[in-house]
Amino acid sequence: MSGAPPAGPLRGLAPWAGGVALLVAVPAIFGHGFALLLYAECAIMVVLALSYNLLLGASGMLSFGHAVYSGCGAYAAIHVLNWIGRSHAALPVTLVPLVGGLGGLLAGATFGFLSTRRSGTAFAMITLGLGELVGACSLMFPGFFGGEGGISGNRTVGGNVFGVPGWNLGSDIQMDYLIGAWCLACVAGMRALLGTPLGRIANAVRDNPERAEFVGYSARQVRWLMLMASSFFAGIGGGLAALNFEIVTAENVGALRSGEMLLATFIGGAGYFHGPILGAVVFVFFAVALSQITKAWQLYLGLFFVVLVLKAPGGLADVAARFLAQARDGSLRRRAAGLGSMAGCLLLALLGLILLVELTYHRTLESEGEGMRLIGLGLDAARPLPWVAGATMLLGGGLVFRWLRRREAQALPRSYAGPSRAWWR
Amino acid sequence: MTDAIALELQDLQKSFGRTAIIRGVSLQIRAGECHALIGPNGAGKSTLFNLISGRLAPDSGRILLGGTDITGRAPFEIYRRGLSRSFQITNIFHNLTVFENLRCAVLWTLGYRYAFLRRLERLADARAQAEELIERIGLAQRRDAIASTLTYAEQRALELGITIAGGSPVILLDEPTAGMSRSETERTIELLRRLTAGRTLLMVEHDMEVVFGLAERISVLVYGQVIATGAPEQIRADTRVREAYLGTAETEAH
Amino acid sequence: MNLELALISALNGASYGLLLFMLSAGLTLIFSMMGVLNFAHASFYMLGAYGGYQISRWVGFWPGLLLSPLFIGLIGCGVERYGLRALHARGPVAELLFTFGLSYVIVELVQVIWGRPPVPYRLPAELDGTLFTVYTVDFPKARGFVMLVAALILGSLGAVLRYSRIGMVIQAALSHPRTAETLGHDVPRIHMLVFGGGTALAALAGSIGGALTVTEPNMGITIGAILFVVIVVGGMGSLAGAFIASLAIGEIDAFAKVIDRSPADLLGAVGLHVDPSNPLRAVLDVTVSQAAPVLPFLLLVVVLMVRPRGLMGKREDH
Repeated sequence: MSGAPPAGPLRGLAPWAGGVALLVAVPAIFGHGFALLLYAECAIMVVLALSYNLLLGASGMLSFGHAVYSGCGAYAAIHVLNWIGRSHAALPVTLVPLVGGLGGLLAGATFGFLSTRRSGTAFAMITLGLGELVGACSLMFPGFFGGEGGISGNRTVGGNVFGVPGWNLGSDIQMDYLIGAWCLACVAGMRALLGTPLGRIANAVRDNPERAEFVGYSARQVRWLMLMASSFFAGIGGGLAALNFEIVTAENVGALRSGEMLLATFIGGAGYFHGPILGAVVFVFFAVALSQITKAWQLYLGLFFVVLVLKAPGGLADVAARFLAQARDGSLRRRAAGLGSMAGCLLLALLGLILLVELTYHRTLESEGEGMRLIGLGLDAARPLPWVAGATMLLGGGLVFRWLRRREAQALPRSYAGPSRAWWR
Repeated sequence: MTDAIALELQDLQKSFGRTAIIRGVSLQIRAGECHALIGPNGAGKSTLFNLISGRLAPDSGRILLGGTDITGRAPFEIYRRGLSRSFQITNIFHNLTVFENLRCAVLWTLGYRYAFLRRLERLADARAQAEELIERIGLAQRRDAIASTLTYAEQRALELGITIAGGSPVILLDEPTAGMSRSETERTIELLRRLTAGRTLLMVEHDMEVVFGLAERISVLVYGQVIATGAPEQIRADTRVREAYLGTAETEAH
Repeated sequence: MNLELALISALNGASYGLLLFMLSAGLTLIFSMMGVLNFAHASFYMLGAYGGYQISRWVGFWPGLLLSPLFIGLIGCGVERYGLRALHARGPVAELLFTFGLSYVIVELVQVIWGRPPVPYRLPAELDGTLFTVYTVDFPKARGFVMLVAALILGSLGAVLRYSRIGMVIQAALSHPRTAETLGHDVPRIHMLVFGGGTALAALAGSIGGALTVTEPNMGITIGAILFVVIVVGGMGSLAGAFIASLAIGEIDAFAKVIDRSPADLLGAVGLHVDPSNPLRAVLDVTVSQAAPVLPFLLLVVVLMVRPRGLMGKREDH
């Protein structure tokens, strides 16, 4: 994030090549419903999380109301889409996400003007308030926001893409490729922004706003500009969501959506450019895949987040970087046995936790007498045994883990303990 | 050293609550001179610096930079008019590398402002100036080190580098040698002489060797008022100053 | 708007405002003392309601009212001791993120344990009925009870702050946190107590508020946002500011609910008629009562434009 020495040209291109390959190959290989949905959700979330990190990781601004910008972009996009359908305007549907970006930018310019008057914790609170404001307005102005039902659209109303017959964005594959293309463009755009004077000064304002003022920059101005850039890209993400799902509701601007973006970015790691990309994928896995298996997925996500804040604030990207560094300097081999047993304990504790949570959930749903199925095992929530088993696994696994950790810390010298890339100090 | 006044303070007053910290300070700093501000702890030196650099607004009085009124303006406005300052507690961009720190410090003066359509790596003049600064402050070895990993003395050198990076004609230095050993202090004095040649310097210092070695004129601040201003020999001999700060002959030797 | 409606609205606004202040006082104390904005404060409010509900199912409402805050306060102490304390060195953002995650977890936990639909937590029969009648409008006992409890709690809080030793320490920490730290008090323990105390206060507000209105998993979210508006408008870290802001928002809410006029009506009264096809008409047609949920946030916007540091706030933070 902060100006590492430039690597050789080929090495820098490798991740991009890999990314493009993924974006192109996945829809072609999998080609059917659920995988295509995951692809779309991931790509959109990547754009949103990266835009969020323009604020968090790059500029040091914690926002609880980012969905306002993506949501306003989504609404702008869907209204323009419907306008295209009504008036057969010449605007191609493939450019509608850009309209979303402009919608987000407008919202960022107006709301940002207010919110950037403060910084730090106060800024965070204000973004929350503004988010609630827009959310509350959504019911008051059904013309723009569509009331309870939201606004729907049809993405096939435009002419054929590049004039090719059959390319009308009707199928999921076509839509996925459009999303992929925009995703790539946005990732490249945000990466480029971070390499401009504004991007670097934003880093400076993040690190030391006072010092930035004393080298001639208005910290407020920098924050406002970065917010506008962030809201522009968020708006594009919102526009993509509008096209993909063909409906925009108040949820698109709500606090829940804002929280999701925060979670995804932080889980991935705000101190690395690729952190939010990683976090977006993990988050979508939780939200879309895990939610099929258990109804308590949000609880697991929340607990995961809290554990990360406490133990690994640099996010998954940071954890990965540390492991890689340890693998390179050989210290990983020494730790391997210890790590293995610690991982085993954690797994045990995790299983115990899952057991307890699922049992509680099952009990709440009031289906007494009905057995519960967990990994194929039938369990009866009314009997004490599963509860005791779960609690034992959780406590036992946790305690042994702590003991092993303490033992390792005494036996091995600190190997790679470098500065944690949590973006804050 | 001409007779032009680079920085002028006119009857500055500042109180915090009911405590008056600055009680009417008037001072004229001549262009190109090295002017030291000394005084006992609590005299208000830091507050005075904060007033001049825009961190605080005075209750009354005026501050003129090269004839322009900068009273109560924001720090970035004051910097853009040509006044830069260093801090007693090191104030650098701790997550950026040494090189990036200095590059950020030159961007505004080079006119790049809030540019978001130009690639930073392509800006040859910014790069060149930052590289040159690194050489001048002696941190070439640590060019790509993250600022928070530098030693204390290295961070102070970087702080100095950031302060002079933009080429401001007037520089405020807040205890540049605070916490340094004898040898580090000597090196810093050398550095200061090289870096600030030709510029106007206003410096707060406690180390008397630094003060009497570098300064052309000295002002003494006691309880928010300047009790004496003049050449080093005059100040050393002034009885009021001795009573208030330097001490008499018996207590001086330590 | 006649006199009796105005009076009732004023009283309703005061009871809501006092409830808000009970919540924001705890939050302000925690913020002033420890510099951490407890995002989970509204979630503890919700926990207080659920705790009150559960305990009232076992032993009745009144024990629930007493025990739920104690219990939740203990949980708060635990959260501080085992969570926040470790994060203190890493700065306010880490603490804020932690409390954010915590609020998320608490909401989900509540849904897992008690389910999504609202639970039947009601005030006991003793509080049914009317306290007094103003002209023809009844003022319910329940609201009067809320005001009484709020006034008692806040009064005793004020007394403790002013006259007891621990109160002195807390007051010192409110204005000069770092100095209090260096004075040799067992600051970590005080932090834990203040956090637990603030949480207990929130839980008490919840035990009453949940019974008065509705107890469901979303109850913390909206009041949480309004809570933060109160803090920002009143000036972060100022109890007096929080008091004024809470009452202001309470009164605005109460009065707005009974005004069925819109700006279009106002314009009509002076002879200006807005054409229905005018896009602004949608905005102008909104009545004040329809806009009631939005008004606290509008207040936030106005305060931000006019006086960014809030009513009684200190200077800009960075």
